[in-house]
Amino acid sequence: METKPKSPSSQPDIETLATGEYKYGFETAVAYDSVRKGLNEDIIRELWEKKGEPDWMLEYRLKAYRHWSKLEKAQAEPKWANIKYGPIDYDEICYYSAPKKMPKLESLDQIDPEVRRTFERLGIPLEEQKLLSGVAVDAVFDSVSVATTFREKLADLGIIFCSMTDAIREHPDLVRSNLGSVVPHTDNFFASLNAAVFTDGSFAYIPKGVRCPMELSTYFRINARNTGQFERTLIIADEGASVSYLEGCTAPMRDENQLHAAVVELIAHDRATIKYSTIQNWYPGDKEGKGGIYNFVTKRGKCAGKGSKITWTQVETGAAITWKYPGCILQGDDSVGEFYSVAVVNNHQQADTGTKMIHLGKNTRSTIVSKGISAGVAQNSYRGLVRIAKQATGARNFSQCDSLLIGDRCGAHTFPYMEVKNTSSRIEHEASTSKIGEDQIFYCKQRGLSTEDAVNMIVNGFCKEVFRELPMEFAVEAQKLLGISLEGSVG
Amino acid sequence: MSGNNNDKSKIIPERKRTMLEVKNLHAGIEGNEILRGIDLKVGIGEVHAIMGPNGSGKSTLAQVLAGRESYPVSAGNVLYEGKDLLAMKPEDRAREGVFMAFQYPVEIPGVSNTYFLKAALNAVRKYRGLEELDAMEFLKLVKEKAKFVDLDEALLTRPVNQGFSGGEKKRNEIFQMAVLEPKLAILDETDSGLDIDALRAVADGINKLRSKENATIIVTHYQRLLNYIVPDYVHVLIDGRIVKSGTKELALELESKGYDWVKELADKVEMSA
Ligand SMILES: Nc1ncnc2c1ncn2[C@@H]1O[C@H](COP(=O)(O)OP(=O)(O)O)[C@@H](O)[C@H]1O
Ligand SMILES: [Mg+2]
Repeated sequence: METKPKSPSSQPDIETLATGEYKYGFETAVAYDSVRKGLNEDIIRELWEKKGEPDWMLEYRLKAYRHWSKLEKAQAEPKWANIKYGPIDYDEICYYSAPKKMPKLESLDQIDPEVRRTFERLGIPLEEQKLLSGVAVDAVFDSVSVATTFREKLADLGIIFCSMTDAIREHPDLVRSNLGSVVPHTDNFFASLNAAVFTDGSFAYIPKGVRCPMELSTYFRINARNTGQFERTLIIADEGASVSYLEGCTAPMRDENQLHAAVVELIAHDRATIKYSTIQNWYPGDKEGKGGIYNFVTKRGKCAGKGSKITWTQVETGAAITWKYPGCILQGDDSVGEFYSVAVVNNHQQADTGTKMIHLGKNTRSTIVSKGISAGVAQNSYRGLVRIAKQATGARNFSQCDSLLIGDRCGAHTFPYMEVKNTSSRIEHEASTSKIGEDQIFYCKQRGLSTEDAVNMIVNGFCKEVFRELPMEFAVEAQKLLGISLEGSVG
Repeated sequence: MSGNNNDKSKIIPERKRTMLEVKNLHAGIEGNEILRGIDLKVGIGEVHAIMGPNGSGKSTLAQVLAGRESYPVSAGNVLYEGKDLLAMKPEDRAREGVFMAFQYPVEIPGVSNTYFLKAALNAVRKYRGLEELDAMEFLKLVKEKAKFVDLDEALLTRPVNQGFSGGEKKRNEIFQMAVLEPKLAILDETDSGLDIDALRAVADGINKLRSKENATIIVTHYQRLLNYIVPDYVHVLIDGRIVKSGTKELALELESKGYDWVKELADKVEMSA
């Protein structure tokens, strides 16, 4: 993922298209400060000490850990998803790994030059003057945030945008009263694990009536070997506030699988709006299915206030396995939840992704648009829950789930769950499955387009309703990524 | 495009050069030979009509020339501007100036007609070493060409062929042709599904695109289109073979006598083969 502007006229990534390789797969040599691998209460204490957190955080972590270990003994990971993988040994994972040169950053100049170069190669220069003027970035490298740009500028408006570590230190009350309020530490196996061991992530607070003047974004990079990334993001939009948030991620190419178990919580108060966009481009593993990131993520937003709105837009192209269901709890009357998703799987990738829309308030509305694309021998499942509570009178949901198959060895599956507890609400569900036709590709080629460009164009057309929800630069990037992910999928 | 032709025509000014030469072409699908030995020579600046009853192999011929992989060629060869056409990838044939208007134009949901055409034109231009057109230049070109075939401008921003009426699809094909300016245009049943006004508009467009530099193959099973676009030659295709060739009068003869008349000829060809 890159947020760097590119000249539109240049030949767009023909080279990358032709080689089709994961271009973010390099590794950076940096000295690490890590805790020994394995997971137990001592390790959690060690991690907590290293981070210099207040006592309540230790309690929080231990409570989560104890819950998690009960689950671990019982059945470990949830088994209901349509994904297959071998057992995960949680004692073989390192839960904290930070680049060594980590003084308390007074300025962005103090970042380890290797880390800075890494982000530059990824198209995320960590110097404010080089960044797109409209985007503030929090850069997370393995377990820690290494830089947050435009902090002061945002602070002038009362906006807090910083790493979770800094937020716990500098805004403990805000964090303490909201952390776990949308995704409790008992929510699910991976959320419990995250609550026990999360090391960093981003925090944003937009005060009453403030529209955040720039896109906020976090860029996650896994670099260290045998390390899990467990980040935690918390975004709060106070009454009438609005914010658009972007998230991107990459990892080196490795033969072993690495675990990424993040939790994101969003809270929108009265009339506040939060738009959360993700371009997920973790290393997907090689063509034979070796290696790749396990992306087991819990993301949920709470429309706490009247007339509030939360929009999730995701473009999931990477990861060996994706397990995520960004959802909305529509608690405030007249609140709105939206979910726009493109999930692409190629070769041996697996995705089980969708959303949960929980209607609690009156006249709440939700929209779900899911576009699943499968190629190679990959399996793609949409799993969505729409629940309309008894008191949520006049609630509305519209869901549209489309699947596109490339070739005939891949699969698409749809699992919609609908529960409506009152009679004044209405749910509409549409679903379709189609194949990229040989006739469509031939038509494009007859007009002079290459096979790659033809597939790219057809797939991008299929995803249009989702892409138009993305901020401009992200949409361009998403289109390119899609092309790269599907490279070689049509003969 | 035409620049190239000009250069060449300076070298051989008088005689009509051959643009396309099809020799003993056999093609089909597995276990079913559809084209059974086609011979056809199209000179630069000429218009050829290929007529024949339904199922005789007209569309197959058009698609094989355009490079459709689902109809493998089992024998024969095709020279296009002296080059081995069958050795070229379909997209390279297009970039070299071969255009086929589809009998059944394909829908591409979510991709706007203009976006599609801009990508196509720029791919062709790039191949020919020309600068890609920017958005403004392209828009100007598109507006001008849309007028050419009287295409409703609303169709420009709609997804390619999606929800277009039969007539709109055909018009859109000729519009694409006008933008891409091919050297060899193969029009497969472009007249079918058109009402008389649309037919006139489309024929008008095709006639305006006709020049000394390019050639056109009109595939049709009605002679109606040929009232508007007068061909230099007419060929009758029956059961995968050209059984009779002639000038424009042949089309009229076919109209009055029907295909049964040439079918008998075809049987004779068959027996002598
Ligand atoms: N993909 C296909 N599979 C089976 N038969 C085909 C296929 N394409 C064409 N044919 C057959 O080949 C013959 C010629 O078809 P076509 O070229 O479309 O004829 P025309 O355009 O002259 O009507 C027909 O008998 C048709 O059924
Ligand atoms: Mg036909």
